Amino acid sequence: MFGIMGATLLLSLREIRRHLLRSFLTTLGIIIGVAAVITMVTLGKGVTASIQDQISSLGSNVFIVFPVRAERGTPRPFKQDDVDQVAQQIAGVVVAAGAANSSATAFHNGQNWTTSVNGVNDSFLQAQSISLTQGRMFTPAEETAGQNVCILGPKVLAAIFVPGVSPLGEEMRLNSVPCRVIGVLEERGEGGGGQDQDNVVMMPLKTVQRRFTGNDKLQYFVVKYDASYDSKVIQNSLVDLLRQRRFLQDGQDNDFNIVDTAQVNQALGAATGALTAMVAAIAAISLLVGGIGIMNIMLVSVTERTREIGIRLAIGALAREVQLQFLTEAVVLCCLGGMVGIALAFGLSYGLSAAVDVPFAFDPTINVMSFLFSAAMGIIFGYYPARRASRLDPIDALRHE
Amino acid sequence: MTDAPLIELEGITKTFGTGPAAFQALKGVDMTIDRGDFVAVMGPSGSGKSTTMNILGCLDIPTTGIFRFRGMEVQALTRDQRSLLRRRYLGFVFQGFNLLSRTSALENVELPLLYRGESKARRREAGLRALDMVGLVPWADHSPAELSGGQQQRVAIARALVTEPDVLLADEPTGNLDTERSIEIMQLLSELNAGGITILMVTHEQEMASFARTIVHFRDGVVERVETGHRAGTPVGGRG
Repeated sequence: MFGIMGATLLLSLREIRRHLLRSFLTTLGIIIGVAAVITMVTLGKGVTASIQDQISSLGSNVFIVFPVRAERGTPRPFKQDDVDQVAQQIAGVVVAAGAANSSATAFHNGQNWTTSVNGVNDSFLQAQSISLTQGRMFTPAEETAGQNVCILGPKVLAAIFVPGVSPLGEEMRLNSVPCRVIGVLEERGEGGGGQDQDNVVMMPLKTVQRRFTGNDKLQYFVVKYDASYDSKVIQNSLVDLLRQRRFLQDGQDNDFNIVDTAQVNQALGAATGALTAMVAAIAAISLLVGGIGIMNIMLVSVTERTREIGIRLAIGALAREVQLQFLTEAVVLCCLGGMVGIALAFGLSYGLSAAVDVPFAFDPTINVMSFLFSAAMGIIFGYYPARRASRLDPIDALRHE
Repeated sequence: MTDAPLIELEGITKTFGTGPAAFQALKGVDMTIDRGDFVAVMGPSGSGKSTTMNILGCLDIPTTGIFRFRGMEVQALTRDQRSLLRRRYLGFVFQGFNLLSRTSALENVELPLLYRGESKARRREAGLRALDMVGLVPWADHSPAELSGGQQQRVAIARALVTEPDVLLADEPTGNLDTERSIEIMQLLSELNAGGITILMVTHEQEMASFARTIVHFRDGVVERVETGHRAGTPVGGRG
C-alpha cells in the first residue's frame, strides 16, 4: 500500500507543479487565512503579555484599598490606624502601607515642572516591588520625623535636572517645600489606571500629610499578602475588619473598594483572550473561503482529467483509489498553503509585534493547529470533487474530450 | 475449468435509457470465446459491437443475460469487483491510445502495476520487459507527445501486456493509424496471440479483421454470422 501512497503523493506534487500559478492562486485563500489566524493570535498573546507586565508592576499578591462614596457625602478616608490594624489582625498580610497624594510644581535650577507628590513609606515601595536606579530609600528616622527628603521619578529628573550630573544630595523645591534628593526611581511606564508612574516625586508619608495635604488621611493603602494564603479568605477578613472599623451596619454597602491585582490580571487576560479569539475567528472565515476555492479548482481539475480517470478506472483502479488520488492532491495543496501561511505569519507577527511594541509571543500550538486545520480543509473540501471523480463511469470518461 | 470456454455470453441484452427514449443496443447476443482465440468483432456503427466490447471488458454490465468470464458471472459483480477483474485478467488498447500525457512511456506502462501494489523495482523491471516486447525500450523516457501514433499505440499495448493478462481487448486499435503502421500493430497482436494471449478486437476494416482466427459480424444488436478457423497464417507475415 505504501507504493501507491507514495506514488499518489508524487503525482499530486507533479500536478501542483504543472499548474504552479493556478495552484498558488488557489491556495492563496488558505495562505492568507492561516497567516491571519496565526498573526492575530500571536499579536493577541503579545498584547496580553504586555498588559500583564504592566499589572505586575503594581506588585503581585497585592490588594489596593481605597474609600468610595457611600449613600451620601464624600468618601470617608482611611487613617494610619486602619492600616496598622490590618497589618496586625489579618493572618497572611505581609505589609500594609498607606499613601497620601497631592500635586505640586517642582523647582530646581531655575526650571519648573508639574508633577504629583506621593507620600509613602518604604513598606509601600516594598509592597509594590518598586526599586531605585540611584540612591536609597527612606530611613525609619526620616519617616517618623517626616523629613524633607524625596525620591524622583525619572521624568522629573529629566525635566529639571542637569543631565549627566548626579541629583543625589541636590536641594529642590516642591511648591514652597524644600527637599533633598536621596534617590531616583526605576522607569515603570504607565500604571494599571493609565497614570504616569514616572512623573512623580515620592516623599515620606508624614511629610506629605504635614506639608501638602494638611491632614492625616490616606488616599488609599496597599496590602501585600503571603502567596501561600488564599486571597479570597484574606479579602473577606479585610472586608470584615474594615466594615467593623467604619461602623457599617448589616445591609449597608461597603464604602470602600478592594482591587485584587491578581483578579484584574485575570479579568484583563480573559478580555484580551476573548478579543483574540473573536479576531481569530473572523480570520478563520478566510480559511473557510480558501477551502471553497480549493473545492472549486479541484472540480475543474476532475473535469479536465476525466479521460485520465477513465484510463485509470479501465486498467483496474478501484473507486477509492481514484478518490484517494484527488483527495491527496487537495490535502497536499492545502498543506503547502498552510506551510506558506505559517512562514508568512512568522514574518508578519514578528514585524507587527515590533511595530506596536509588544513582545513577540511565538506560540507553537497555534501554528500546529492552523496547519492541521488547513489539512482538514483539504479533506473537507477535497472530498466532494474526489468522490465525483471516483464515481465517473469509465466508458463515458474514456470518451470525454 | 480448463475445458470450459474462457468467455460465454448467453442472451445478452443492453438497453440504454428508459421509457419512450429507451434504446436497445443489444437484442440477445450469444457467443463463446475459447482461450487463445483471436476474435475480430465487425459490424456497421450502431450494430452493438462497441457495447459488446464494453461488456466483455467488464466496463459495463448487460441489462439481462449472463456473461461468464472464467466461470464467474460478471453481471452479478460490483463495480469494484469488476475493477479487480480488469486489473487481474484484462488489458485494454484503445483507438485513441489513451496514454497519460506528461508521463513517460515507461511510467504509462508501469501504471497498472501501481494499482497491483508492485514495488518500484518490480514495476520498472516488468515495464521495461513489456516495452521490449513492443520494441520501444529506447523510447522509455519519452513522453507520448514525442512519439509517433504507431509508437504510442505500441506503448498502449505494452501497458496492456505488463500485467500478463488473459485477454487483450482492443477497440479499433488501428483506427488512428495509416495502413503501414496498422499492419505493424496487427502483426504485433498476432505474435502476442501466438504466444498464448486471447485477443478480442473491434474493427471495421476487413484487412485488419483478416488477422483474426474468428470474425464475429454484428448487425442490429445481434450476431449475424461467425467465421471460424479463418486463418493459420496472416496475409502479410505474422508469426513464422
